[in-house]
Amino acid sequence: MSEFNVAKTLDTSGLSCPLPVVKTKKALKDIEVGEILEMISTDAGSIPDMEAWARQTGHELLESNDEGSSYRFFIKKTH
Amino acid sequence: MENKPKKLALIASQGTLDWAYPPFILATAAAAMEWEVAIFFTFYGLPLLKKDLKASVAPGTNPAMPMKMPFGGEGFQNINWPMPNILMNNVPGFEAMATSLMKKTFKNKGVASVEELRDMCIDLDVKMIGCQMTMDVFGFKKEEFIDEVDIGGAATFLEFAADANVSLFV
Repeated sequence: MSEFNVAKTLDTSGLSCPLPVVKTKKALKDIEVGEILEMISTDAGSIPDMEAWARQTGHELLESNDEGSSYRFFIKKTH
Repeated sequence: MENKPKKLALIASQGTLDWAYPPFILATAAAAMEWEVAIFFTFYGLPLLKKDLKASVAPGTNPAMPMKMPFGGEGFQNINWPMPNILMNNVPGFEAMATSLMKKTFKNKGVASVEELRDMCIDLDVKMIGCQMTMDVFGFKKEEFIDEVDIGGAATFLEFAADANVSLFV
């Protein structure tokens, strides 16, 4: 479905706030600048949270997908 | 992003399980957003820094606290049990039972435990300041606390908070 070249996938399914953003931040340590992290979440607040997180950190949120019972994000590490 | 990170300054003054969550959740979320974070643990919040963390709920202090059963069907689990807290507080073991039910409910909903959130704070370099005055009043020793604690007073916290973007008292 996605055309992104994903360096790492993080699945936070079942976890509540603030774990999706905290684990996303942590997972970025494992990839290089310019690479893309895919994050999957079931937390209904994660779309606004990930948008805010990206605005605050400056990492690039390439795509947010609402897939009904779960959410999928593609984040490009910028620094 | 800007060179200077945003700052969050929190005061954690409550030691019950439910009140332990807001400062740790806000601190970890802000640190994940690459903010600089400090929490000043004072009065009843100070025991949250103990190596052996034993936060429990105190239903009598919050009559609005819903009581949920962490087992059974979804309909059963969603019931808010009308517990007469004022009466139940006199029943031996009630607080331990309420604590255990709340921990189980949190776990079922994928909420991190307070211990896990505190470990994440350490991992994310959240500055945790233990209040010296509270230590003196309640007779706590530094050895009882986790190693990452900085001991300080009001001035230590205020210097950090002076140019914080967000300051909250919990």
